[in-house]
Amino acid sequence: MNILVVLRMVPDVVEELEIAPDGKSLNLEFARMVLSESDDHALEQALLIKERDGGTVTALALEAPEVDEVLFAALAKGADRALKITGPKEGVTTREAAHIIAGVISSEPGLKGADLVLTGTQAINDLDGLMAPLLAQELGLPFLGIVTGLVPNFSARVALATKEYPRGVRGEFEVALPATFGIQAAEKPPRYVPVAKVRAVMKSRKIDCVSLTETVEPGFSLLQVLEMTKPQPSGHAEILEGSADQTAGALCTILAERGLL
Amino acid sequence: MGGATLTGGNPSSPEVTLDNLLQSPQGRDLLTCIQCGLCAGTCPYGDVMAYPPRRIIAMLRAGMLEGVFKSESLLACVACYSCMAKCPRNIQLTEVLLPLVKEQVFLNLAELPAELHKALDNTLRYGNPMAESPRKRAAWIKTLDFPIRVLAEDPRPVDVLWFVECQNSYHPRGQDVSRATAKLFHALGIDFAILGNEEKCAGECARLLGEKGLFDTLTDYNMAVFSKYHFNRIVTSGTHAYDAFTHRYPAAGFRYQVEHTTPFFAAYLEQLKPRLNRTLHYAVTYHDSCCLGRHNGFYEQPRLLLQAIPGVKLLEMPHNRISAICCGGGGGGMWLDTYYKAKGYERLSERRVKEAVTTGADVIAVSCPYEISRFEDALKVLGHEKKMIVRDVTELLSEAMEV
Repeated sequence: MNILVVLRMVPDVVEELEIAPDGKSLNLEFARMVLSESDDHALEQALLIKERDGGTVTALALEAPEVDEVLFAALAKGADRALKITGPKEGVTTREAAHIIAGVISSEPGLKGADLVLTGTQAINDLDGLMAPLLAQELGLPFLGIVTGLVPNFSARVALATKEYPRGVRGEFEVALPATFGIQAAEKPPRYVPVAKVRAVMKSRKIDCVSLTETVEPGFSLLQVLEMTKPQPSGHAEILEGSADQTAGALCTILAERGLL
Repeated sequence: MGGATLTGGNPSSPEVTLDNLLQSPQGRDLLTCIQCGLCAGTCPYGDVMAYPPRRIIAMLRAGMLEGVFKSESLLACVACYSCMAKCPRNIQLTEVLLPLVKEQVFLNLAELPAELHKALDNTLRYGNPMAESPRKRAAWIKTLDFPIRVLAEDPRPVDVLWFVECQNSYHPRGQDVSRATAKLFHALGIDFAILGNEEKCAGECARLLGEKGLFDTLTDYNMAVFSKYHFNRIVTSGTHAYDAFTHRYPAAGFRYQVEHTTPFFAAYLEQLKPRLNRTLHYAVTYHDSCCLGRHNGFYEQPRLLLQAIPGVKLLEMPHNRISAICCGGGGGGMWLDTYYKAKGYERLSERRVKEAVTTGADVIAVSCPYEISRFEDALKVLGHEKKMIVRDVTELLSEAMEV
């Protein structure tokens, strides 16, 4: 009953994003990194399962700025082990990251044979939600994404996963374990961990490190970024001036002209 | 009972914990409580709390504090200092027992209300509760027509280090107050500078909420930044920052002279008066901030400033000075409005502006950065936004200086 959670650091959009001089990537020196929101949900789901059914939770992340704080916070929240993969180049693609992480999961003692491999269903730099299916592919495990509820039955080697569809339709899936899941939302919002607890964990616990020895071949990602630019304004808002009657009339005219009334 | 500790304003006093509380002088004071219930009666949320202050003391005496720790009751404490101010035995409730108990309540909460959770996460990560970029903390100074010195860029010694605080750095209405404050400093010829993007929240609300680890982290950070520069005194726009620097930071070695902008400008009243040339035809009622008023006794300074403005007629609300009703923003209340609403509690800012409107005043004047947005929202919710506007005292002074 081992649960593995893959955590990703993504650019923090509270800060301005800058394009790197190559015109094809983000300037990561300027960016601040933050835990991807849906990965935080994946961690919460893992902790909820551990509290309900027992087992261990391992949080795993690639080396990145501010990742240590995130891993210590995961330990403070209740994760049993935190593991950091050191050595990958900055700005690895999702496919490269999945390949590296799957390699470590397959070789690192205690990680191989995890019953559940969870990660966020999407990240702001993985809007296609490829991380979980690519991990599943590399690990040879079943995959289910956009999951909002997960109840494993470890003795029966299955998990009941919930997915939500448009118009309020819910689907329940029985998935054979071990399996990989992309978590959209945990059953409860990610918990708050008091700062004093994180500070105590920083003094009493450690993050395990795994050095990456293999390099990913150039071209492994298949896709190539040709250009990255900031959005250009393509239009302007029109402010309607005048009394409520005048502006309401003008608004109705515009809506009628556009075929919306 | 865990590791909860209290290191109050006096760094030489031994650390008080829940375990040794009753052996400490402060704890022995608690034993003198006559259970009169004035604290619960004066508490703005005393009617909805399962454990108002009187009952917490009773639980402490009975050795049953665990029950309080497991209750959410103290989330309704907005740290307004009413219970302490009204206690006939002068028991320092808000200085001793409540922070220790709130810390345990905070650690025992099954789930933190979402708004508060975000505010605390943001304060740790960005140094402000609103998730604004720390790199833009000083962006507002570019909107002035005179330069403001930022110490990181010009670290020469300065007379006044102006600690702007979060709300007045980022909130659009707070920035109005900052511009007004800067104009007053400028007009008085004060040698002043700001920390700019190096400044982070003073953390007072985190501490009063029970999130001591966050408060300690912010204290360590701000103390390290202060130590980099040479200045004679700190003047802050934040009443909560003033409170933190006066009562909490000394335990971390804070020895600087500190003033809040309202009493600071009141001390310059004679120099200001000849500059207040514009007549403002306002009827003004002043709302005493809990930190500035009840906790630190600055009742008259804001009123003297307001009365010095030509044309201003000062009207008092029935609850004024020591009896002022809290705006509901202290002790984390700023981020618990949704929680209070869900519980069916009246928003204290609404209770307050209802009273303000009955005075017939057209301006409610404030000194605390939280109050502007809280009261402006409350006026809109109650449909009074055409009857009354909210202005910081510094804004009215600045307006009266415009020719």
